[in-house]
Amino acid sequence: MHRIAIVGGGTGGTVLANRLASELQSEIEAGDVEVRLITADPNHVYKPTFLYVPFGKKTVDDAKRPIEELVDRRVTLTIDEVTDVNTDRNRLSLADRTTRLHYDQLVLATGATLEPEAVPGLAEGGHHFYGPDGAERLRDELADFTEGHLVLSVVGVPHMCPAAPVEFPLMVDDWLRERGRREDVEITYTYPINRAHGLESVADWATDLFEERDISLETFFNVDEVDPDANVIETVEGDDLEYDLLVAIPPHRGSDLVIDAGLGDDGWVDVDRHTLEATAAEDVYAIGDVADVPTSKAGSVAHYEAGVVADRIASRARGETPTATYDGKTVCFLEAGMDEATFIEFTYGEEPYVREPSTPIHWAKLGYNESYWLTARGLL
Amino acid sequence: MTDTDDPDVTIDSKDASCPGPLMDLIGKVKTLDTGTVVELQTTARNSTTDVPEWLEEAGHELLEIEERDEYWSIYLEVN
Ligand SMILES: Cc1cc2nc3c(=O)[nH]c(=O)nc-3n(C[C@H](O)[C@H](O)[C@H](O)COP(=O)(O)OP(=O)(O)OC[C@H]3O[C@@H](n4cnc5c(N)ncnc54)[C@H](O)[C@@H]3O)c2cc1C
Repeated sequence: MHRIAIVGGGTGGTVLANRLASELQSEIEAGDVEVRLITADPNHVYKPTFLYVPFGKKTVDDAKRPIEELVDRRVTLTIDEVTDVNTDRNRLSLADRTTRLHYDQLVLATGATLEPEAVPGLAEGGHHFYGPDGAERLRDELADFTEGHLVLSVVGVPHMCPAAPVEFPLMVDDWLRERGRREDVEITYTYPINRAHGLESVADWATDLFEERDISLETFFNVDEVDPDANVIETVEGDDLEYDLLVAIPPHRGSDLVIDAGLGDDGWVDVDRHTLEATAAEDVYAIGDVADVPTSKAGSVAHYEAGVVADRIASRARGETPTATYDGKTVCFLEAGMDEATFIEFTYGEEPYVREPSTPIHWAKLGYNESYWLTARGLL
Repeated sequence: MTDTDDPDVTIDSKDASCPGPLMDLIGKVKTLDTGTVVELQTTARNSTTDVPEWLEEAGHELLEIEERDEYWSIYLEVN
């Protein structure tokens, strides 16, 4: 029996498991191949929903579905945490302490973890919308926020979703205007490098919109610490900024599992950017946020990578030479307010073009979020 | 042998699309100790001006920029 193990039932792991179940259908049914998905959370969580929670447009429950409902019945599902990866023996240990699983091919799709504690004072002094609890707390805070200085600061580098930091100030601007509160709220957006975004075209687009909407822009702004009593942010570059409501894109980290297995120093798996094979071990792939590739940590990336790795793994399971490769394809929608959006598309080394925002693209983004449950099932 | 012949850490940002070489560098530098020598490999020409500008702002030391056949190596020391 050829055993394929996937760790992590998020966007990447779920799409991959379902793709393999269909590509290797006859081999699985004949008992020659097993596709096993091991995931810690019995719910699959679709994180892009969290962006809408602070504005009361979605709830945290909207982001969740039982993973069992999303995976093909040919996939063997194990709900448990993987606590150790032994790449010399091709073996995984689970939190139940008794189970050890052998694999012929392994895929790590464990995503990224939030770590606000990495910046002193940030957990106490700042809010975020990158996880369920943070998004709900921010919703309550925003509901009562009638005046003062709102700062959206990109603290974590790298972080999930290149779009969300730019979207939030544009959405909050619109949301406050609708409620007649905008005149009493000052909005500032801060970014680590010398322009508003890593992608030059997005930076240009956002800078113009920020100016139009009276959102101040601070660049070369890397947060060193936050003083939650004085409500002041201090930067590596030596600047101070006072705030009344701080919304941060928090620091992210990979997984200890990866560090302990020697697959990447920072918890992100070192991979070949085209084959997605780990550089430090045989028979191991990484997809999604945990894979260290020079493009965004985005759901679309996890999805396209899953397609490539499904092909490579299926080829090997059949004794063929894998040929599928990933070219860095990334697609991101960008909300320009509460009812207009645009999108960008690019591959490695490519600079995208940002189209004029429109209402149909906003609907397309919401429509994608709705139909995501079909995407995860491998139907789209 | 100078420091730049044998950097402690190499960051391969060749053909990096998003969020780009300078962001890759900033993310990594945050995890490194003072004195670490870093080589940033980049194919983006604007890195050769953006990176030195940030190093100056953040107080890290630019050691050398070397033009190779298909990319640039920017060497720096973390302060
Ligand atoms: C607010 C917000 C908005 C976003 N908007 C967009 C957007 O508009 N477009 C876009 O493309 N992307 C967006 N993203 C990014 C997108 O959500 C992620 O890039 C995507 O979820 C990555 O998928 P993944 O499979 O790598 O990881 P995840 O979806 O995070 O899944 C990881 C899974 O691994 C499991 N796991 C972790 N460790 C273990 C372990 N040791 N054992 C077993 N299981 C484990 C977890 O329980 C989880 O189920 C957004 C993210 C956020 C936070």
